[in-house]
Amino acid sequence: MQRTKISKLVPMCLATAMAVSVPAAAFAAEPLKVAFVYLGPRGDGGWTQQHDMGRLGLEKAMGDKIKTTFVENVPETADSERVFRQLASDGYKLIFATSFGYMEPLQKVAKLFPDVKFEHVNGFKTAKNIVVYEPRFEEGFYLIGTLAGQMTKSNTLGFIGSFPIPSVVRNVDSMTLGAQAVNPKVKTKAIWVNTWYDPGKERQAADTLIAEGADNVAQNTDSPASIQAAQEKGTYAFSIDADMSKFGTKAQLSGTTEDWTGYYIAETQKVLDGTWTGERHTRWGLKEGMVVMAPLNSAIPPAAVKVFEEKKAALIAGTLNPFGGPIKDNTGKEMVAANATISEAAFNSMNWYVEGIDGSIPK
Amino acid sequence: MNPLVPMIASTVVAATPLIYAALGETVVERSGVLNLGIEGMMLIGAVSGFAATYATGSDAVGFLAAAAAGVALSLVFGFLTLNLQTNQVATGLALTLFGIGLSAFVGYNYAGLPVNRLPAITIPGLTAIPVIGDLLFHYDIMVYLSIALYLGVLWFLTKSRMGLTLRAIGESPGVAHAIGKPVLTTRYLAVMFGGATAGIAGAYLSLVQTPMWVEGMSAGKGWIALALVVFGTWKPTRVVIGAYLFGGVTQFQLFAQGFGLPIPTEFLSMLPYAATVVVLVIICRDPKTILLNQPASLGHSFHSAA
Repeated sequence: MQRTKISKLVPMCLATAMAVSVPAAAFAAEPLKVAFVYLGPRGDGGWTQQHDMGRLGLEKAMGDKIKTTFVENVPETADSERVFRQLASDGYKLIFATSFGYMEPLQKVAKLFPDVKFEHVNGFKTAKNIVVYEPRFEEGFYLIGTLAGQMTKSNTLGFIGSFPIPSVVRNVDSMTLGAQAVNPKVKTKAIWVNTWYDPGKERQAADTLIAEGADNVAQNTDSPASIQAAQEKGTYAFSIDADMSKFGTKAQLSGTTEDWTGYYIAETQKVLDGTWTGERHTRWGLKEGMVVMAPLNSAIPPAAVKVFEEKKAALIAGTLNPFGGPIKDNTGKEMVAANATISEAAFNSMNWYVEGIDGSIPK
Repeated sequence: MNPLVPMIASTVVAATPLIYAALGETVVERSGVLNLGIEGMMLIGAVSGFAATYATGSDAVGFLAAAAAGVALSLVFGFLTLNLQTNQVATGLALTLFGIGLSAFVGYNYAGLPVNRLPAITIPGLTAIPVIGDLLFHYDIMVYLSIALYLGVLWFLTKSRMGLTLRAIGESPGVAHAIGKPVLTTRYLAVMFGGATAGIAGAYLSLVQTPMWVEGMSAGKGWIALALVVFGTWKPTRVVIGAYLFGGVTQFQLFAQGFGLPIPTEFLSMLPYAATVVVLVIICRDPKTILLNQPASLGHSFHSAA
């Protein structure tokens, strides 16, 4: 059995290696070469898989106007600098760096290759030839809260966090706000596992939350372990990045996933048209289709689906902001005034729990 | 429901793979061989067990395949260190790196596929007892087998003739060889046993703890198993206690967070490792406890010149 796997893989690896090393041909109308750098394997069933689907979507839309390649399993270390340098030297003019931790290596390489355009996901440092793009995850988590708040019987939600950084803290806050909007009695318990990816630990965290009474658990970590836990315990869970319902058809109510295709097409088109500029920070959400909710479970009653659709429509229309006031933190201090929305600076540096989340954020 | 019950149940599930891997390594090290390749053998076991169960639907086949894969990898280690007398530390590290890469390669097409979790067994009459039934009689078969393995290893090392021979070889292979004990064969068997248990430990991750295959899913548990052997001063009972202690502290920190105790998570995440360091320091303060227990020839190659 292993032999068949190997025979399938070898040509694939060779193809990848060749795609990376083919030098730029000096034709006048040569296709634009676009590269993608991935943190994980394409088959990770989550984050990287979604980026690769975006790449394939881009290829399909652009045809022979472009050529793409990818390098997978690139750690967020000095190794990534070598990969970026190599791609830039090989004539790739547009490079998508699909993990937060590539930020510093990218800064270095971008200075050396001023004519190469770099796109960095979830970062915060732009440059003349670096732009940053990120999904409005908080919209997806708000809708998770909308569903969880209606489906919970214990009025207790769970959240498995990776690291307590602003872009993750926002999500537990947003989920709790979304739930409280439909069910004021909701409380949230958060557990931080200090890793993006450790199936065993994520599973333990999910079991713990369920044991402590959380009957709807969302996650900001990468494996489907919590979906499996919920399936076994007969509770509900929400996927992240990709649809993970095959790991728990009864348990997964929905989830927040990403579709990068539209953004990749738009940016590539800009490069082709010569209208690409640096120093931009793009945040796309439900409206632009970068944040997509995973299919809703049939266990959700129609009335709850209706509320969900209303909230979703309001988020898309811009009439609902997850962080619209009044919002208090969990010590009772007013963080956002009534009739106001959160400031850009406060949003980017969020380090407080909203009212209704137990405990305090690890500092 | 009493929150202690699921906490203890989670601890047992977290500790079981550590028990398998660490007990195997205890036997290996008692024979005087240091195999640092547990992490690699666990990953190979995890992917082989997953693939076999996925293909056949049988958990038993999965665990057997995992053990066989662990043995196969350990034989590579055995050939290099026992026959070719390569450095055991370097070879063990290489084995881990090899196992990480090979498992990712072989498992490429298995990522993201689900299998059914090995079910917990129910013992008529016992499982139904409140609290005690949940605490003691509500686990999968591999948990009970890990206890059986512990008793078996304990008996083997302290009571059986072969176990005493193995320990003698670990202390002084030269003397053992001189009185006609089969040093190489015994060490080979020990290394294979360690490979089999590491493979089973890996399959426990991919078939029970989180029933799926993903790259690098052991996430450092092989190294913890190695530390547990030293922590337990090469004694099976202490190794098993150490595994439960380690699983318990990890579990406690998750529970504490869920209850909203104001303790920094980084501190809590550090606890199991800090506990290991503290125990090691306490053990090492008394040179007798550590030196008397550590197999004297641990990590040394044996060459039968005579």
